[in-house]
Amino acid sequence: MKHLNAINRKAVRVEAVTQPAASAASATADVVALQNSGQPPQQPEGPHIPPGCSIVFSPGWEADRTGGTAGLCQPVERDLFDCHMGCYWPAQVPDQLNHAPDWTAKCAAAQKDWRKIDLVFPG
Amino acid sequence: MNNLHDASSEERDGGSVAVDVTNIAGAEVGIPGVSPGVDTVIRLGEFHTFEASGERFGYMVPSAAVFAFDACASAVADALADGPRTIGDLVAALGPRFRADEVWDTLGELYRARAIDEDRVFKPAPKILPLTVIPLQTLVVNVTNQCNLSCEYCYEYGEDKIVDTENGSQPKFMSEETARQAIDFALRESGKTAMVTFFGGETLMNFPVLQKTVSYARARAAEVGKDIDFSLTTNATLLKPDVIEFLANERIGVTISIDGPQEVQDKFRVFSNGKGSYELVAPKIKALLARHKARPIGARVTLTRQTLDVMKIYRHLHDEMGFWEVGFAPVTTAPQRDHALGDAGFDHLLSQFRVLAQDFLQASLEGRHHGFSNVRETLQEIHQGHAKAYPCGAGIGLLGVSTDGNVSLCHRFAGSDAHSFGSVTGGVDREKQNAFLDSHHINNKTDCQTCWARPICAGGCYHESHTRYGSTTGPNLHYCEWIRGWTHTCLEIYGELAVKNPGFLRQFDGADDEAPQRH
Repeated sequence: MKHLNAINRKAVRVEAVTQPAASAASATADVVALQNSGQPPQQPEGPHIPPGCSIVFSPGWEADRTGGTAGLCQPVERDLFDCHMGCYWPAQVPDQLNHAPDWTAKCAAAQKDWRKIDLVFPG
Repeated sequence: MNNLHDASSEERDGGSVAVDVTNIAGAEVGIPGVSPGVDTVIRLGEFHTFEASGERFGYMVPSAAVFAFDACASAVADALADGPRTIGDLVAALGPRFRADEVWDTLGELYRARAIDEDRVFKPAPKILPLTVIPLQTLVVNVTNQCNLSCEYCYEYGEDKIVDTENGSQPKFMSEETARQAIDFALRESGKTAMVTFFGGETLMNFPVLQKTVSYARARAAEVGKDIDFSLTTNATLLKPDVIEFLANERIGVTISIDGPQEVQDKFRVFSNGKGSYELVAPKIKALLARHKARPIGARVTLTRQTLDVMKIYRHLHDEMGFWEVGFAPVTTAPQRDHALGDAGFDHLLSQFRVLAQDFLQASLEGRHHGFSNVRETLQEIHQGHAKAYPCGAGIGLLGVSTDGNVSLCHRFAGSDAHSFGSVTGGVDREKQNAFLDSHHINNKTDCQTCWARPICAGGCYHESHTRYGSTTGPNLHYCEWIRGWTHTCLEIYGELAVKNPGFLRQFDGADDEAPQRH
């Protein structure tokens, strides 16, 4: 953070936990070959864009948007959201705009609650 | 942005410690609303600001995080002080001083720290019950409930006592067998290290049992592969040469209850015939300090309305007598007693503490040791950023044992049936423990919910509350102003040290597990 300076240990934790997704740490920690070693991450910190779709031309399967591997496409639960919201896949999931607005209501955190997302039957 | 799978959701689900109720686990990245715009209304979150060394800081509530604000963050906080406003309005108001993108950046960071928020409704702290069993850290063993002094303000013998120690059913001295059972209990319930504190009454009145218990405990600890550590509190009247020799050889931590120089000590700390105890204890304390160098020896002072000269007491005990540390506590008593501290007394106490705290700051900036332990303990808690759901470890990591082997909330409730948590032979009654923790959680203390000092105070001492209000459940409303004043002072000192001598604070980095227990 630039305008706030974390002073005590809890503040350091707050800063780490609220770090925007795909943090700089993952960029420096792995897949060194894809980066200029010792250099800061290539891309500036931006909003989190779901990784992993060929249509939006993010590398996805091989490396995440920072060039690291921490934010690669995740199986099942991750793709479900990434693909149907930011990608070409809306036909394969219930229509949340019109017919099934509460489809993910029980799914507060995808990693934990994805099993609660149920089938939707027309009617 | 889709918060369903942001990076913090893993931290959000796990990693919470039962006692530490920080809300950062629920933090999400971004500014309120899906896409904040110039029309988005923002307001200040809950935090307390303070200044130190020319800088502005914020103590966040309830996370207990401390951040330093730069000029832009400070300006945003000021601009929102009078109430909520739109981002557009705010950016325009700050326009002459800060670029719009700077203000937006700052808003993002302030939101991450929860210094700005969508609303200010009270968000309850997480309540994680029933507890996963937390290992016992400290067991306070009351080896006797008898005392050779008759201090007028004593909570155990005075007018405010909870348990009848004179004519009650408990033995006056703990038997060797019960003491052994208490040690077995401590070793069973603790983690890698068991900390045993001997207490009383006057602890040393049962020296023979204490002596045998220490050697039994060392042998048992070695058998079960755990470490064991001992300390005790005494009034120093029975510190005979052989006792001092034993304490030094066994590396037993010693805290002396003493109120200050002769005229102060002899006001309340008297024998049953009314004679003061200073003349007897002073040479014994000097002998102890000369021989027992293995561990720092602390003085524990009880402050009353009549004995409030903190500076003088500190100078005598630290500079003249040679105690490593001096800790002060206001007397625990019903408000109508003559020695009770009233509002004026607490104000006076605060001004005295502030003077001594400045002394502490000066020494710490120069890299010298200073023995004012109250400020040291508070700095440690601020540094760690503890956000407490309970005021202390009593009933969680700390338990008390009475002379008959009953396990209770803490040593001050030892022997009280109403505050019993089981026994050294039968183990901890988890059902009772959970019921206690359920009813004493910070969320139940309505008065605390608007107080910025609640992460560090959490309502204050159960025993104090019981003595004042007849129940352990309520907060100690009679010293709220004092707690806020004192916490503010400690925050200022923390800020000064963070700016001018940050290395000093490193000593508190790993000190979490060794936090001294207050008695």
